[in-house]
Amino acid sequence: MADTTTEAGAPVAEACVDAGGSAIGMPQLCTEWYANQIFWLLVTLAAIYFILSRVALPRIAAVLAERQGTITNDVASAEEMMLRVREAEAAYEKSLADARAEAKTISDETRAKIQAELDKELSAADARIAEKTAESEKAISEIRETAVENVRLVAADVAAEIVALMGDKADAKAIEAAVAERVKG
Amino acid sequence: MATETEYAEGGSGLVFHPLDQFIVKPLFGDGQVYWYTVTNATLWMALSVLGIMGLLVLGTRGAGTVPSRLQSMAEMTYGFIYKMVEDVSGKDAVRFFPYIFTLFLFILFANVLGLIPTAFTPTTHIAVTAVMALGVFLTVTILGFVLHGGTFLKLFWVSSAPLALRPILAVIELISYMVRPVSHSVRLAGAITAGHAVMKVFAAFAASALIAPLAIGGMVAIYALELLVAFIQAYVFTILTCVYLKDALHPHH
Repeated sequence: MADTTTEAGAPVAEACVDAGGSAIGMPQLCTEWYANQIFWLLVTLAAIYFILSRVALPRIAAVLAERQGTITNDVASAEEMMLRVREAEAAYEKSLADARAEAKTISDETRAKIQAELDKELSAADARIAEKTAESEKAISEIRETAVENVRLVAADVAAEIVALMGDKADAKAIEAAVAERVKG
Repeated sequence: MATETEYAEGGSGLVFHPLDQFIVKPLFGDGQVYWYTVTNATLWMALSVLGIMGLLVLGTRGAGTVPSRLQSMAEMTYGFIYKMVEDVSGKDAVRFFPYIFTLFLFILFANVLGLIPTAFTPTTHIAVTAVMALGVFLTVTILGFVLHGGTFLKLFWVSSAPLALRPILAVIELISYMVRPVSHSVRLAGAITAGHAVMKVFAAFAASALIAPLAIGGMVAIYALELLVAFIQAYVFTILTCVYLKDALHPHH
């Protein structure tokens, strides 16, 4: 913008620097150098802008977008995996519960079967015991009856013998009646 | 900020030339500085361009989803200024981001590279900062009138103030608006110039054995401060640009 001013108005070579090379006043206020600095500043800013807009900014924006995309994708896939983990966990829990239920059914059935068998065996055993008891009771009563009969016979014989020893003739009918009387009593 | 302080002939005392570091001189031979002459200003501006290329082009060469250190720095710089433009000037100001980023990077690299001993610092020169500040001022003013026409002038008419005060406020607002390019440019050039001059004065004192430790310690401290100032001034220039741009895009108080 101030390109033309120096060529027109640059008569003094060393207006801002003394013979020893030191600054006269503030170098910042030396108008002789303005055009040079402004020109190179504009070139520099244009160069920086060119580099930024053509190379750096699109690249960084792309990298940031790509990273954002990657992060979003990864988070989404992580969530999906989490969902699958939950599903697998639920399936596992379900199969575990099923297995428990099945095991319970089997054990219940087995128990019932065993109980039924046991009951059957027990009742059979009871029946056998009752049978045996009845048999035994019958045998005992038979034995008792024969024993009573034998006692009567023996008693009649003994009484007849005693009567005979006393020198009497035993009346068989009377003895038998007496024995029967006694045994009954 | 070279330390070429010399004893005066006869060794009677210290000679201060704290402003010599700001002299613009031709890079090849000596003679007249024409507008096209390649000077030390050209050299250090070119170095700042190279620095910017190194950070933003070479640094992002890999374009990796997982960034390298340099790429991470480039992305952080990008994000910092992008967010500043977005937050301060509004979402519709994002189209001006490349211009603002250009200004920020140039000022930042010129400031930081200028802290290298014997370097020339372009941002110490009012000619440089004034061109940038005037560029911002003219862009913002023209943009304001193009976008809003005459209603852009409402920027100076503080409708929230009592009616009687409004003309006075309008004058004050107008003056402060017109002074913007001056304060914008002088702030940057002044801050950097002052720091560099102070360092040079400390350097001159370091030539005297008696106070050299103090002078050198002072230089170290000032250097650290100047490093901070280099960043802060680039930041301040940029954020003010964003604030002015906001006025042009949304001229309602």
